[in-house]
Amino acid sequence: MPELAISMRGVVKHFGEIAAVDGFDLDVPAGTCVGLLGPNGAGKSTTMKMLTAQVIANAGEIEVLGYRLPGESKVARAEMGVVPQLDNLDTTLTVEQNLRVFTHLYRIARADRTDAIERALQIANLTDRREAKVDELSGGMRRRLLIARGLVHQPRLLLLDEPTVGLDPQVRQELWALIDALRSEGTSILMSTHYIEEAQRLADSVTIMSHGKAVAKGPPAALVAEHAGTEVLEVYGPPARLVEVEQEAVGAGMRTRRTGTSVALMGVERRNGDLPDGVRRAANLEDVFVLLTGEEVG
Amino acid sequence: MRRRREVVGSADRPVGRLDRPAIAGVLVREMTNFSSYWRSTTFSSTVEPTIYLLAFGFGFGSLVSQVGGYDYVDFVGTGTVATAVLFASVFPSMFGTFVKYSFQHTYDAILAAPVDTEEIVTAEALWISIRAGTYGCVPLLVAIAFGLEPRLGMLAVPAIAFIAGFGWASFGIMIAGFLKSIDNFNYVTSTVITPTFLTAGTFFPLSGLPEWAQVLGNFNPLHHTVELVRHAAFGWEPGTDLLHLGALVVFALVLWRLAIVALERKLIT
Repeated sequence: MPELAISMRGVVKHFGEIAAVDGFDLDVPAGTCVGLLGPNGAGKSTTMKMLTAQVIANAGEIEVLGYRLPGESKVARAEMGVVPQLDNLDTTLTVEQNLRVFTHLYRIARADRTDAIERALQIANLTDRREAKVDELSGGMRRRLLIARGLVHQPRLLLLDEPTVGLDPQVRQELWALIDALRSEGTSILMSTHYIEEAQRLADSVTIMSHGKAVAKGPPAALVAEHAGTEVLEVYGPPARLVEVEQEAVGAGMRTRRTGTSVALMGVERRNGDLPDGVRRAANLEDVFVLLTGEEVG
Repeated sequence: MRRRREVVGSADRPVGRLDRPAIAGVLVREMTNFSSYWRSTTFSSTVEPTIYLLAFGFGFGSLVSQVGGYDYVDFVGTGTVATAVLFASVFPSMFGTFVKYSFQHTYDAILAAPVDTEEIVTAEALWISIRAGTYGCVPLLVAIAFGLEPRLGMLAVPAIAFIAGFGWASFGIMIAGFLKSIDNFNYVTSTVITPTFLTAGTFFPLSGLPEWAQVLGNFNPLHHTVELVRHAAFGWEPGTDLLHLGALVVFALVLWRLAIVALERKLIT
């Protein structure tokens, strides 16, 4: 198995005048989970579609599982699984029928198909709903079925495109447990998300994407330490006061971010001088995300 | 332990084009889905041309006893095979492709597997043409029930219907690939499908039309289908029929390649 499950170098994709991806680099070491984090429109979905050759790059080099794309994309797709952001299950078919169709599309030998379906049903905890039509499933079950479908051929690499978008917190946590189990079994995972907590909990390393470029990459804790320090001071007050605090902090060389009702001052553990009154908390990946992308978290 | 696969290929032996397992996979998907809606499709694909056959056959048949030396009911019964093929192929492919692309996002799911657009188009056109080849025989069976004499040549009708169905299925996929809105299908129905259907020689012989219309009729694939089916039912005309068959094969092959180009433009950016 190659050292890198995914390698992208200087990848560019234009749609007319717009550069959706603009000199993007990405590494997914084999056996790890990498979070691709970015605001809407950052180029995450375009990047994910380039990895299945549904979007062809204008420039740059892409390798997936050691295969050069787009030329060897078909071979690469045979060994990877994809869980799309949009639900594209066959809704009039049963859970089992959906999986069986994909055992054919992924060329699983006839003798192995039933075992593959059973295994996928177990992973997604859908064994007792195998006869249910997709139309009858809840949103969380449908998402689990999408994951099971992407895993039916035991891929070496899994692409998860916004795997928990639109799901309620309880279902989201169920899926996190499922993804975490896959990672611990050694499946390489690239997960695009705009949920900070999702990336922080699941990803061994994170690439933050903004305007088609990678603006930071590394383990979540290292990114937080590098860009936001360990402690953040949240200062609350009327808008005029927040402007004043912000200007003073920037003047003193501190990094700040607005959080709607407050101003957050980063790296306050390194400051000995007077600081305004506020609430101290640990720095987190959201602070880094907002600092580097200039976007508020949705 | 890694799962054993059939023909997955490797870096030095990349999976080729028009791969049999890929086409089979898409066919399995189509057939599995068909099991959930075959009743309604079979109903519309058989009842509709039968109504045309009965309405025109017995309606006009009461005014016109013979056309071109054939009983009018037999004339329409054989001609309606082409209508059944057209309806059973062009509409499912046009609407089916568009719905799968725009609303169900089915092609995103399939293209994530080791399947290319060329294989999707080929498999879907094949599946629709198998159905068209089957449904196309229904008017002939109805006509036989109403007195058309069965002949050995009629055994060729499913094959003729299959080739024509492949062409029309490809045409439908191409239209769905090129057009941006499902509403635009109305233009295609009004300007291509309806004139094609009415000037194929199904309900009246083209020999009664002005010469220019007869010449144009040679460019109507449905006309070649009608002629081949009639000759299968009433007696082959080898030289002419080879030309009709050649025209149908060229139509099917050209539209197949155009459908691939059209859908690739839509699916791969």
